[in-house]
Parts: sequence; C-alpha cells; structure tokens
Amino acid sequence: MNADRPKKKKIVKTIQIDLDKCNGCRACEMACSTFHARPRYASNNPARSRVRVLFDPLRDLYVPVYAGDYAPAECCGRDRYTIEGKTYDECGFCRASCPSRDLFKEPDSGLPLKCDMCQEDPELKEPMCVQWCITDALTYVEREEEVEEENAAQPEELETGLEALADKFGLEKIAEAVARLAAARKG
Amino acid sequence: MRYAETGFQLEIDLSRGNIERVETDPRLTELHLGGLGTNARLLWDRVPPEIDPLSPDNVLIFSAGLLCGTQATGANRTIVSAISPQTRLMAFSMMGGFFAPELKYAGYDKIVLRGRTPELAYLFIHDGRVEIRDARHLAGKGALETAECLKRELKDPNVQVAAIGLAGEHRVYFASIEHARSSASRAGLGAVMGSKNLKAIAVRGTRDVAVARPAEFMELCREVLRYIQWRRDNPVKGVPAILAGIGSPQEMAIHDEEWHTTNFAWGNARHRRKDFWTQENEERWRRSQEQAVERLISCYNCPMKCGAIVRYPALGVSKYMMKCYSKLTYVMGAMLDDLDFGFRIAGRAQEYGVDAYTTPQVMAFAMELLEAGILTPADVAGMPEDREEKFFWLLDRIVRREGIGEVLADGVYWAARRIGRGAEAFDHNTIKKHEQIPIKLGMLNPIYFIMYATGEKINITQIEGQMPQMPFETRQEREEFVRDWIQVPHERFKDYFLNWEPRGERAFPHYPPPEATCEIVEWQEMMHYLDDSLGLCAGLSSFPIKPPYHIHNLPPLVSAATGIDFDEDSLWKAANRNRTLVRAVNNRLGLRRKDEKPPEDHWKKRFPELEARLLETYYRYKGWNAEGVPTRDTLARLDLDDVAEDLLRRGILREEAPAAAEA
Ligand code: SF4
Ligand code: SF4
Ligand code: SF4
Repeated sequence: MNADRPKKKKIVKTIQIDLDKCNGCRACEMACSTFHARPRYASNNPARSRVRVLFDPLRDLYVPVYAGDYAPAECCGRDRYTIEGKTYDECGFCRASCPSRDLFKEPDSGLPLKCDMCQEDPELKEPMCVQWCITDALTYVEREEEVEEENAAQPEELETGLEALADKFGLEKIAEAVARLAAARKG
Repeated sequence: MRYAETGFQLEIDLSRGNIERVETDPRLTELHLGGLGTNARLLWDRVPPEIDPLSPDNVLIFSAGLLCGTQATGANRTIVSAISPQTRLMAFSMMGGFFAPELKYAGYDKIVLRGRTPELAYLFIHDGRVEIRDARHLAGKGALETAECLKRELKDPNVQVAAIGLAGEHRVYFASIEHARSSASRAGLGAVMGSKNLKAIAVRGTRDVAVARPAEFMELCREVLRYIQWRRDNPVKGVPAILAGIGSPQEMAIHDEEWHTTNFAWGNARHRRKDFWTQENEERWRRSQEQAVERLISCYNCPMKCGAIVRYPALGVSKYMMKCYSKLTYVMGAMLDDLDFGFRIAGRAQEYGVDAYTTPQVMAFAMELLEAGILTPADVAGMPEDREEKFFWLLDRIVRREGIGEVLADGVYWAARRIGRGAEAFDHNTIKKHEQIPIKLGMLNPIYFIMYATGEKINITQIEGQMPQMPFETRQEREEFVRDWIQVPHERFKDYFLNWEPRGERAFPHYPPPEATCEIVEWQEMMHYLDDSLGLCAGLSSFPIKPPYHIHNLPPLVSAATGIDFDEDSLWKAANRNRTLVRAVNNRLGLRRKDEKPPEDHWKKRFPELEARLLETYYRYKGWNAEGVPTRDTLARLDLDDVAEDLLRRGILREEAPAAAEA
C-alpha cells in the first residue's frame, strides 16, 4: 500500500449500541436535543435530536439510530434486513437525512441534522446521549487508530446545511437571498 | 413567553365540530400548577353537578402535567379527568407512556372535549393541524389494534395514540383509555370517551418545550437522575422485595409474588391463601413469567422499565404490553393457580379496554352470586364449564353489554342494586361505588383508615407512599432506615417512625396518634397531588419509599422550569389548593361524611369511636366542617373564594358552619 504516505494518529470516538438493553425511553433524544438547544438546555424537542429511537415494540424494533450524512436524493435501491426471522423496514436502520422521510431534519427549516459527537470545548467526558442512558444501551469508547494524513475532513455542519438548501432551492436563489440579507443588515 | 407549559389548550366541541386553540391564564399556573389542578378548575367552572356523566355535557380532559416534555426524568403523565359514570364524582386517572410529552411538542397543555360526534370519530393533532376524522372503520377494534391502524393510516410510526376498545364504545362503567403500555383505567373514563363517540386521539408534535432557567434546571435534573441510579442499585432494606425499589412495583421483573399472593384476598376479595406461595407454585410462576416476558420497557424519558412486552405464542397470545399488577388481578379474582391464565386474559382485556382492578372483581362477584343462587343458570345460559373459560365468557359479555354482561358492566355497586335479591351483601369491597384493591386485614391501621375514607382518588394505591406500611421490628433497624431519609418534610416524621412498634402501646390502632396520623396522611397526599399536577410518575415520587423527587427538590425544579418562584410552603399550598378544589367539586356532586367509609370487613378489629375521632381530627386538620366540606375560611385562605360562594349559594356550606367536632 502507500507506505510512504505520512500517517497520523487519530482518536476514533465510538458510541456502542447494545440493542438488547434499550428500553425505548428516548432519554437519549432528550439529552441530544437539549444539549444542542440555544441557549444550551433552554428547550427540549425530540424532533431536533440527532439520535432517534426507532421504537416499535410489537415488531421488536428498538433501535437508536444516529444521524449521519445528508443525502440529496433518496436511494435507488433499498436494503431490507432480516434478523432472527424478522424483516425490518427498508429504511429502518439508515442514518441519512434524506428527502424520503422527515427524520433528522430541523423541524422549522428542514435543514439536515447530523450527530457531531457533542463537539465541545472543553470536551465532554461522554456524549450527552450516553450520559443519560443509564441502562447502558449506549456506551462510549475511544480508540486510537492510524490514518492517512490527507483524509478529507467531513463537511462541517454549515456546509451540510448549505448543500441541502442548494438542493432545495438552487444555488442561485441562495446566493440572491444571502446578498439580500447582507444588504438588509448593513441598513 | 411561557415556560415548561405551552400556554395553550385545545377546546373542542364535538357536537358542532368546533375546534379552538385557546391561550390560558398564566395566573392559573401559579395557583394550580397544571395537570390535575387545572383540570379540577375546568370541571368546577364548566360542569354543573346536575349533568349525566354519559351525556354530551360532561367534559373530558386530557392534560399533560406542568413538567411533561421537559428534561425532567419521568415527567410523562397524562391526567385524564371527567365526571365518573360509576362514582358520580370527579374521576382522574393518570397514564404513563408517551402521550403527554407528544401533546406538549404539538403545542398544547390540554385537550378539553365536550359534546358528542354524530358518528364514531377520532381526533388527529399534528402541531397546528387539528382534525376530527371519521372512525367508523375502527368500530369494535381493540385499543392497541386501533393504535396500530392509525399509525399505518397516518403513515407515521411516531404518532402517539390513546384509544378505547369495545368496553368504552359500550360505555362500560369501568372502561379504560389505553395508550401503549399504559392506561387511564379507574372510574370509567373510557365510557365517557365512548359516550362522546370518540374512538381515539392521535397526536404528533415537533415543537420546542422551553424552560426558564436552563442551566439550573438541567443540573437539578441531573441530580435526580444520579439519585435514581443510586437508588436503583440500593434497594431499601427491611421491606418485601416488591416494595424495596423505585418505579411502579416491579411486577414484570420480579417473579417473587409471595407478598401479593399471601397478603391480598382472592376471589371476590374474600379469601386469603396464606399457604399459596409454595416452592412448587413459585417454580411454576417463575417459568410462566420467563416465557411470557420478552423485554422490559419504559415510559418516555425514564430508565425504570416498569412495563413489559408480553409474548406467549404457545398460548396463542399475540403480543401486547403489560404494566405492573394486571398479571395478578385476574388470576386472583378467578381463584386460579396458573399465572399463564393471567397473561392470556390480560391481553384480551387490554384490547377491550377495561380496568384490570375492577374487572376481575366484578366477575368474581358474579361467580359468588351464582354459587349463592342469586343469579340462576338461566341468567348465564351458555356459560362454559371450565373455570378459566367462564371468566373469558363473562369478560366477552361485559364489554358488549350482552345478557348478564349488561348488568355487570355497571360495576359491583350498581349491579348489586339492579340484581337485588340480597346481592347487595356481596358488594362488600367498594368505597364510593368503586371497587377497592382486594385486601382484608386484621388490625385497624389509622393511616390507611383516613386515606381509604377520605381519598379523593377513591383508590388506595394512588394515595399511599413515602412511609413504610408496617413498623420495623427493632429500634436498630428503624434507626438504620431513617439515617438517609432525606425525603421527610420535617425531622419529626423520623420520630413517628422511630417510635412506632409492631406490638404494645405504640402500635396500631392507637399509634400513630390522630394528629401525627393526619400529618403523615397529608404528606402522602400532597406528594400525589404534586405528581398529578406536574405530570411526574408516582413511581419516582409519591408512591415508593425514599423516592428521587420530594418536597425539598421539587420547589427549585418547578421554579427553574417555569420561572415562577415556588418555595416549599407555596408549592405545598398549591398542592393543598388542588386537593381542596377536587374535594369541593365532589362536595358539589353530593359527597359527604356518610360516604367516607372503608368496607366493613376491611379490618377484623374495628374501633368505631377511634375511627370517628380520626375522621374528625382529619377534617379539622384540613379545615373542613363536620360534613367533610371545606369551610369558607379554608377556601378563602386557598384563594378559592368563588368556590366558597357557590357552595354557600347551594346551601352546601352554611355561613356559620362550625369546624368539625369542636363542640
Ligand atoms: S436512552 Fe438508552 S435505553 Fe433509552 S431509548 Fe435511548 S438508547 Fe434506548
Ligand atoms: S453524540 Fe451528541 S450529537 Fe450525537 S446524538 Fe449523541 S448527544 Fe446528539
Ligand atoms: S418509573 Fe416506570 S412507570 Fe414510572 S415513568 Fe418510569 S418506566 Fe414509567
């Protein structure tokens, strides 16, 4: 492989999810939504959470799903999981904020939400959702890994949001709106 | 800006199809907090005592508690209130699960329903969108089944549904309203919903619930969670396993039922089976439970897992959700030894939507009438031979009001009077026309005497808590117990407990003395009234021993959440105001001292003089007159002057009414 490329140590932050321990209480949603409220903790609204518990006890579904990347279009193919003889919904375990469903979107703006691992300065000892899951369905581990230097950074929240807006309205419209807003601010 | 609450309620006239979103008066929050308190205010203001509870004039309220939907653990109770068709008094029943928070996220604190839709309908609420929709296709469907249908129909697995089953549709006096793993069961609220032709309410919300002082509130919530975690790992010593933890009694997790099966009465609340818990029965029950319980589940934002998914394919039971005690009530009512029967019949009963306390007792009462020849074989023509099948058969008739079920559907009190021929003598376990938990004990317990007699909830399990039910054997054990008893409102409560002996002079019935008894009763009551107004689960607050929420941490929590400053005195006063207002609603509906009687056979050893003194001391302690009606002064002190005036105008209070037994 590319032995001569420079390597870098990186901390991989992982939330381990033990589905057998999940009781469907949605405390993790509460913790996430209130942590990201502005001002912090000022409100609670599961619709703004970056983790959602897919919960359907009569169908054995108890799955905390974390918001992943934004997908501009819905998938062409779908996955269907069968676990222990039970078949789960096509979109059941998908992390994407995608046009086919209202999961992981800000309720007001429709902008996509993404788990940011509670990035914070100083760093939290554990992500909020893990702290509030005292049944240990969620636990937090950090491990060190070597990665190649040039690994592109994930798009920041702002970028993800812009991308979504662009898909919805087209770049030009957004540029116009930004110009208009900027002009209005200046007075 | 309103904090913790949304400040809006939905007012819906089902007859006219009129829907309004009404802003509420913030002053009412200061006075009554929310939930039960503001429900009582609405019923007082809007429902005159003359109405028929099953007519369109009755008002049915679904209310979230004040803290529901905030970050506070276990703040998820929906408080459902109306005038009860069974007791003809105010009914209020609390259900857990996910409904109340969702209602708050949709932007409402309450749904206030009056009238009756011409055809079976359901209510759909999605944020600002509120619709009364046709539900004729749901007629006759089970309560859980209805919820499933609506989720599919609305294409949204996240809607929260409260629904009635067949029993509610047929206005059975003990029909429940079912939601997920919870229900509002007592006193026939499902029948009131049925009388309004309302099959279900489906709600979905995506809005914020804000709190006034975020950082402070969150820190207090964290402390509560930490205590829950600690308490979960440190059960109370010296009490039966089922009472040692927090949450609702852990019926789904614990299979040891020695305490319930040997202390509670079986059949129509008559037979003790002190030898029931043999090794063989224990082993069988453990196996049944392990097979049936698939997973333990919680209500919204709570780690306690008091409910379970029950699955028993071998018995042909399709999956349902069960909470605490219903696994036992049918088995014990039917006098059967097999817990499998409990899991089977509870599933069907839940789809029908009936109260799991009342229903088995009504059926056991019918069986006794049959054995006594008061009901004849002709009355139950077609009843199967097998004892288990008999109970399924009765249940099927009751929820459809068919044959004998027509009469039984009114509950023990009314059925006994309709049947006559001496059936009244078999109505021996009701208070205020409502079936009580089946317990028959030896020595009069003064604390429970007052709670049974005067409890407005009419049902003991939702009044008791905080204080161990029995004294501990040795002084040393008692000292150990009080060491970390931070929940007491005052240090003197520790002395009451320390000095309480199992035998001798400082034992039942003369200890605790009447004054101390009143204080203990008031403490237990006030915690329940706080929970029911704030929407907290009793299992984390008023019900267990040493709970996470108590009178010392609730004032700062409520203050930080709402921005309205409460201290211990003013919060206690608000709870007392709510308790007194519920009493006044009931006084106006006819409640008086003569109704405040525990069943004759509740204790073997009774003390009529002491009991009279206890009742009078309690009335005086509460500032009520000799008839159990709050005096004008008491009402004025609690800012309920308009209530006093109404009671005076109706002659229920008289100007010069003397305080109880002061002569
Ligand atoms: S907090 Fe934990 S137990 Fe509760 S829903 Fe989330 S993952 Fe499951
Ligand atoms: S890690 Fe943080 S951002 Fe991600 S879901 Fe949990 S609480 Fe939300
Ligand atoms: S303690 Fe039990 S009943 Fe109460 S909210 Fe928690 S899970 Fe529900």
